Amino acid sequence: MFKRMLERKPGGVVDFVLSAVGRLLHGRWFYWLWLALLLGVIGNGGFHYIGQLRYGLMITGLSDQISWGFYIANFAFLVGIATSAVLLVIPAYIFHRQEMKDVVLLGEAVAVAAVITAMTFVMVDLGRPERFWHMIPGIGEFNFPVSLLSWDVLVLSGYLLLNLLIPFYILYCHFQGREPSFRAYFPWVLLAMFWAISIHTVTAFLFSANPARPFWHTALLGPRFIASAFVSGPALMIVALQIIRAVTRYPVSQKVVRMLALIMTVALQISLFFVIAELFTDFYNEGSHSASSRYLFFGLDGHAALRPWVWSALGLNLFAVLILMINPLRENMFFLNLACLLAFTGIWIEKGMALVVPGFIPTPLGEVADYAPTSAELMISGGIWAMGLLVFTLLAKMAIPIELAQRDRHAKPIAGAAATI
Amino acid sequence: MSMNSQPDQPLDHYRRGFLKKLGLVGGAAAATTLPAVGKPAWGGSTLGDAVGDFFQSHYNRMDPEEIEAALGRIQRRAKERQGVEIEVANTAPIPGVVFGYAINISKCKGYRRCVTACVEENNQGRDSQVQYIRVLQMDKGGMDLETSEHYYDPETVPVDGKFYLPVQCQQCDDPPCVKACPVEATWMEPDGIVVIDYNWCIGCRYCMAACPYWARHFNWSEPQIPAEELNPVTHYLGNRPRPRGVVEKCTFCIQRTRLGRQPACQEACPTGARVFGNLLDPDSEIRYVLENKTVFRLKEDLGTEPKFWYYTDV
Repeated sequence: MFKRMLERKPGGVVDFVLSAVGRLLHGRWFYWLWLALLLGVIGNGGFHYIGQLRYGLMITGLSDQISWGFYIANFAFLVGIATSAVLLVIPAYIFHRQEMKDVVLLGEAVAVAAVITAMTFVMVDLGRPERFWHMIPGIGEFNFPVSLLSWDVLVLSGYLLLNLLIPFYILYCHFQGREPSFRAYFPWVLLAMFWAISIHTVTAFLFSANPARPFWHTALLGPRFIASAFVSGPALMIVALQIIRAVTRYPVSQKVVRMLALIMTVALQISLFFVIAELFTDFYNEGSHSASSRYLFFGLDGHAALRPWVWSALGLNLFAVLILMINPLRENMFFLNLACLLAFTGIWIEKGMALVVPGFIPTPLGEVADYAPTSAELMISGGIWAMGLLVFTLLAKMAIPIELAQRDRHAKPIAGAAATI
Repeated sequence: MSMNSQPDQPLDHYRRGFLKKLGLVGGAAAATTLPAVGKPAWGGSTLGDAVGDFFQSHYNRMDPEEIEAALGRIQRRAKERQGVEIEVANTAPIPGVVFGYAINISKCKGYRRCVTACVEENNQGRDSQVQYIRVLQMDKGGMDLETSEHYYDPETVPVDGKFYLPVQCQQCDDPPCVKACPVEATWMEPDGIVVIDYNWCIGCRYCMAACPYWARHFNWSEPQIPAEELNPVTHYLGNRPRPRGVVEKCTFCIQRTRLGRQPACQEACPTGARVFGNLLDPDSEIRYVLENKTVFRLKEDLGTEPKFWYYTDV
């Protein structure tokens, strides 16, 4: 029976997987150049990670005072990217908009890549990564539901599975030249939508659960995380979709770009409003709860390592929202791309370094210290980002030809359209 | 009385030395010249012990035989790495005992004898300068931790206009660090001591973020202790040598107090400012303090229910 499953029948699962993997081996020169570049950066990160395994987290800029830094900052940001895939899922599967359906699989590929990248950032932050199995229910001791970190592990793994299985099913159906059964996938899509919001909410709760850290201990953190995710995610996807449109003949409707740009505009406005609300509460009556904000924005006791970061973030986000709020500029691809770049960077700082690090400063005993990532930390992080890009590239490379073939079956064959990407 | 001097920035101090060593990790070419840290191969253990360490179960799940094996591995490792015969006990909590601590801040003069006694007793890394107790030099007239001086270093203490507030793990009865741990590597024992299984901790450091008293410390590198300074009388949940990459903290000197002794910090205090004992014993000194002095607890508003009190003479 098992043997029969593994037999390679045309249109079978094995055939599907083999042909998808086979696509990875064919590509033009820029595909191979891109892969080589990514592998180089990953290799460099891996080399520095070996140094970290050898010496311990000593090679980072972290300390007992500031015990989480660049790794966890990137983790928090990337969970937001994964969440924002839901922005393509809702219009595609709920409102059945064809132009969204065309790109929803790419959105899910972004989600998969982002979750894997986020989880890797947590893995490299562990002091004893080889003890990871202690967290696996059954053989380890999984402190669920008490520990928010166990919640995060659970929701991220679940989200990863959902975003692998739904596209797998849909692509498999398309591979066989049939339409996926709505009743088979819709309940899972519905689950994935709520799950998307949950991953970023849980990640926010991970921080806001700590009264020991007044900077994080605010009910606004969850809403802030979601709002800023709906800025950084669309910003990334607008750029990614344009690249795919340029290097493949995959149909990316301008309507999708416009919708994402609009969502990004509104979300960035809300996100900035939340920042103002935080600033007001912190500084109108300045108490001990404001010390972290004072450190972040103005410096405290002669320490101000994050001041340039946070003001840059604020400047970038304000500049981006100005571009986005002016319709002719938002419709102009140059300005839209500029706004995407600005907002992506702005949110990356705001929800990364400017969120994680000030939570530790001053320490609960009032000590003020600075933190800056070391070059090893930056190299390892660069490697992980490159790994995320690699995952996305490979997923897109496998999915796009299947989708194109399915379209060609429905539409008139386009002359000379070889599925080369 | 002279004080134990401390460098202004202990972190900078050890990081600088380390980075010098790490300067070699510049490029691929230097990979083969990296100096080895500690003993080679399996971190100073035999292959069998390394495998045994890897598969070791959670402290509370191990049967007596597995515990014996685990204690044996720790002893052999200390012998292999440093040539020191240590004894690793697994003394159980005493029934009917819950420990509590109180400090008379009128008597504390900021000598920091408790800090050094603690380091010597509990085998903290000497290079990393982990200290479980931090004595804050506070301005009289307030209780603002943010204006406290952590690295005070005058000719003599006490300094006019200052008072001293020693802070260590408050052994909360509702400990936020225990809730935070994703793998239950830290928990509260029946005698009220919050402990860590250093062989189960994955080093995520979420407990450090959750602790309102900055009581938890991480082994950023392999703790280094000169063989002659290693305290050979240890407990599995207490002062036995810790591995790299795990969190550690004050355990009320579990290796001493479960044998009916006082914690090292209490014994070391030259002014008698520290009172430690059984909260369940109505005749204990700690109960006398709680019943007859006006006591307070740090950050009581956070609801962590510390079993650690402060009081004054007046």
